[in-house]
Amino acid sequence: MAPLLQVDNLTIRFPRAEPVRDLSFEISQGETLAIVGESGSGKSLTALALMQLLPRAARIANGSISFGGRDLTKLGAREMRHLRGREIAMIFQEPMTSLNPVMTIGRQIAEVLQVHEKLSSRAARERAIELLRLVRIPAPEKRVDDYPHQLSGGMRQRVMIAIAVACKPKLLIADEPTTALDVTIQAQVLDLLDTLRRELQMAVVLITHDLGVVAQWADKVVVMYAGRKVEQALPDDLFNDPLHPYTRGLLAASPRLKHDFHYRDGALTEIPGSIVSAVGETGCPFRPRCNQARASCSHHVPQLTVPAEDRLVACPFTTSIKAVPHAAALSL
Amino acid sequence: MPALLRIGRTLRRTLLQAIPTVLGIVILNFFLLQLAPGDAADVMAGEAGSATAESMAALRSRFGLDNPVLVQLGHYLNNLAHFSLGFSPRYGMPVADLIAQRLPGTLTLMAFALTIAILLGVILGSLMASFAGRIPDRLLSIFSLLFYSIPSFWIGLMLIVFFSVKLGWLPSGGAGTIGSRLTGLPAILDKARYMVLPATSLALFYVAIYARLTRASMLEVKNQDFVRTAYAKGLTPFGVTARHILRNALIPITTMAGMHIGGMLGGAVVVETVYSWPGLGRLAFEAVMGRDFTVLLGILLLSSLLVIIANAAVDIIHAWLDPRIGAR
Ligand SMILES: Nc1ncnc2c1ncn2[C@@H]1O[C@H](COP(=O)(O)OP(=O)(O)OP(=O)(O)O)[C@@H](O)[C@H]1O
Ligand code: SF4
Ligand SMILES: [Mg+2]
Repeated sequence: MAPLLQVDNLTIRFPRAEPVRDLSFEISQGETLAIVGESGSGKSLTALALMQLLPRAARIANGSISFGGRDLTKLGAREMRHLRGREIAMIFQEPMTSLNPVMTIGRQIAEVLQVHEKLSSRAARERAIELLRLVRIPAPEKRVDDYPHQLSGGMRQRVMIAIAVACKPKLLIADEPTTALDVTIQAQVLDLLDTLRRELQMAVVLITHDLGVVAQWADKVVVMYAGRKVEQALPDDLFNDPLHPYTRGLLAASPRLKHDFHYRDGALTEIPGSIVSAVGETGCPFRPRCNQARASCSHHVPQLTVPAEDRLVACPFTTSIKAVPHAAALSL
Repeated sequence: MPALLRIGRTLRRTLLQAIPTVLGIVILNFFLLQLAPGDAADVMAGEAGSATAESMAALRSRFGLDNPVLVQLGHYLNNLAHFSLGFSPRYGMPVADLIAQRLPGTLTLMAFALTIAILLGVILGSLMASFAGRIPDRLLSIFSLLFYSIPSFWIGLMLIVFFSVKLGWLPSGGAGTIGSRLTGLPAILDKARYMVLPATSLALFYVAIYARLTRASMLEVKNQDFVRTAYAKGLTPFGVTARHILRNALIPITTMAGMHIGGMLGGAVVVETVYSWPGLGRLAFEAVMGRDFTVLLGILLLSSLLVIIANAAVDIIHAWLDPRIGAR
């Protein structure tokens, strides 16, 4: 079966920077793909590119985004609007500010139904109440007339989810849906997303900082560094045997891969240096921070290779972790 | 919380604050006016040209102008407590009647001007925001700067020169065709024709303010996260602006509009004089020239009430526009 979404060599360009470069990945129906990487690695821009909602200054300089056989980068504004909210939906990182403060949540949910399914306002309201029930908001008949400020962060994110799944989209993009939430709420919201994914047979792009989330919810993981994919693997393989030095650093920097782990508990940037140091470098973007770096790393950008089935890695000098002496430090 | 409850709560607070404010304004104005040289008797005597010391003293005692200042204030406040604004020596009629004659003229003029200002201002501001940084925005910015800096009496005179004298489209002054016996719609249209120019001259300054304000406010709202959510739902750019950006952007504009009501009353004095529009502004001007302080005090009292009512209206609109207000 052809994948639902296939991104090929996507490059996003600003006048002075290319924050996403040669990025490729694909997702099939019902699958959850996690994209991980530290702040500034280009995860949100990738998500916005899928929605064709990049900031004005940005443009897609190269590559294609094929969704259900159509290249989104070549679609007109009208056709794209037709897909947004109906076939591709997105949940944003900040539930506090992502809802309109002067509109009831019921009307904000109803709006998407009125736009795409041409429902009457009464029918849309009924559906909004059903959707609130679907995302497990108690007393939905009452809550439907609430304004966003009357809800907690977790509740608001549920409302965002209700808006996103209202038209039963084929693809749901969740850009760090839980980073702004408390640890306990986090798992509930992700469980809800996962249930809805199964019920609605959606494909989910789950963008996250949080490796704990990846371990529990993803079918496939893409690790991004400085706008490029540096590794791709199934979650088990990635945790048992990370290949790219950056992925190893990420895992080592995570205190513990338990479910109550939260990115605030241990910053991913504990790898020495920062992503900024990659700007304007030739060769491997990770070289300034890599503990395996050698002279030849500065010659050219390493290509993705296939070290094992279902795996990709962009470092020619990687060996299986079992052969690396400091592996003991990583077996948490 | 239901909108009505929110609005009621806002209203009660405003009313309770209004009483001491109005009292303070009356007393302060009373003493300020005492500082002006001369009184009504002086002016009336000067105009008559044949006053004797006795006739002036008689005038003064008839209107209580010879009493000590504090006694006069006491009288005035006593009148107020009995819902009377006093008696005008110059016009020979109760101040309340005088004001009642003139108030509708000014109110319609202001309402008309404010409506023009807000409508045009918001439309122009939205246009400027949509084209921010590009040619339409630049052009409109220049115009708004012009309207902002030209005094309203000059705009008034130029409008008269252009539309009344040169083109002959609109009347140059007055409030209605004299001697006409129009009723119903034709009467309203006739009135409107007379109102266009004065209302426009009064409004242009505020059009400029609201346009700039709307522009800034919309540009700010545009960058907020919920606007991106709206686009992600598949709304058209117009739908996003009309349903999500505008209402949020209007909140600061209603505040300003409320504050401008007082300023507009001041502007009305000038515009009503230029267009010989029979309103409160011109009455105030005549009262100053005639040192008719009871009339002036009445007008000032009414103006402060108007401003307070306007602010209450703004609070209500706010409470309706912004659901977060009642929660505070
Ligand atoms: N409007 C913009 N103009 C210029 N550069 C931008 C703009 N938006 C993002 N960038 C750059 O693109 C890079 C990637 O940003 P992006 O928001 O995709 O990161 P991210 O991986 O989502 O990070 P986070 O985890 O903090 O959300 C950043 O380095 C940022 O500086
Ligand atoms: S290519 Fe070199 S610098 Fe880049 S990750 Fe591999 S070892 Fe490190
Ligand atoms: Mg992001």
